[in-house]
Amino acid sequence: MPEFLVRITISLKEGVLDPEASLIRRALENLGFPTSDLRTSRQFLIRFGAADRQDAGNRAKAMCERLLANPVIHRYEIEVMQ
Amino acid sequence: MRFAVIQFGGSNCDRDVAYVLNEVCGVDTDLVWYKEGLSPVHDAVILPGGFSYGDYLRAGAIAARTRVMDDVRRLAGRGGLVLGICNGAQILAESGLVPGVFTVNAYPKFICRHALLRVEKGKTPFTLLYQEGEVVRIPIAHREGRYIPPAEGGARKAVTARVAFRFCDEKGEVTPQSNPNGSHENITGVLSAGGNVLAMMPHPERASEEILGSSDGRRVFDSMILFLEKNS
Repeated sequence: MPEFLVRITISLKEGVLDPEASLIRRALENLGFPTSDLRTSRQFLIRFGAADRQDAGNRAKAMCERLLANPVIHRYEIEVMQ
Repeated sequence: MRFAVIQFGGSNCDRDVAYVLNEVCGVDTDLVWYKEGLSPVHDAVILPGGFSYGDYLRAGAIAARTRVMDDVRRLAGRGGLVLGICNGAQILAESGLVPGVFTVNAYPKFICRHALLRVEKGKTPFTLLYQEGEVVRIPIAHREGRYIPPAEGGARKAVTARVAFRFCDEKGEVTPQSNPNGSHENITGVLSAGGNVLAMMPHPERASEEILGSSDGRRVFDSMILFLEKNS
C-alpha cells in the first residue's frame, strides 16, 4: 500500500468569532503593522497508507469528521500532497 | 441508587464532586477510572471539570471519543442522568450528547469567579429544587466556555427550548454586561432532547456548602437524587 502525505487545514467557519485572531491583530498593530483582516487556522501533516490518492482523501475526510474538526464551528481543507 | 464520577487523565474536580455527593448529599458515589467503564448499577454519572488530555486539539475533544462515552450514551439511552460540569460539559458537547460547542471565551483568558445564573427551566431532573427564574450564585472557572449553538435552522431553534441556565445580573436580567465569556444568548447550561443530560460550565460542586460562600449549587445534585427517588 503506498504512503501519502496529506495536509489538513482546519479553520473557523465564516462569521465565527476568533478571539485569538483579534488579539494577535491588535498586537501586530501595536508593533506598527496595521492589518484589515487576520484569521488563524491549524494545520496537520499526516502520513499514512492508502490504496490510492482518492482513498487517501476519503480517509482524511473521515479523520476530519470524526475527530480533527468540530462541525459546529469548523471548516476543513484537505490536500493530498504526494 | 448509585452515582459514578468518571476520571479521565487530567480531570481535577472529580474528587470534589464525589465528596459533595457522598458526604454532603449522602448518596453512594464511585470514582470510576475511564478505562474501567460504567457498571449497570449506576443510575447517574457526572463528568467532572478539569483538563482531560491537556485540552489538546479542543477542550473535551479526545475524552469525548473514548470508549467510556459509549457507556455514558447507553446510560443516557435508558433514561439515566448524565451531568457534565465545565470540562465535562465540553466533553458532552464534543460527543454530541448536547447540541452546540463550548469554545474559547470572547476575551480569550481564563476566568475564575462567582457568576450569577438564571434558572431557565425549573422542572428538569437537574433543577427540580429550583424555581424557574430564580437567580443563583455558582462559580465558573474556564477559558473555553463560550457557548455556540448549531448553525441557524431547526437545530438552533431547538436549543432555545433546552436552555437550563443563563448568565444574568442580580435582578435576573440577561444582559451583555452579565455575560462573562460571550456565550450565545448568555447560555451556560444546555439539556439534551430527552432532558436527562445536562452540560453546564459553572461548578455546582464548588457551591454546595455555606462555608464556600454559596450552597446554591447543591440543589443540582439534590434534584438529581430526588428525581431518581421519584422515578425508581
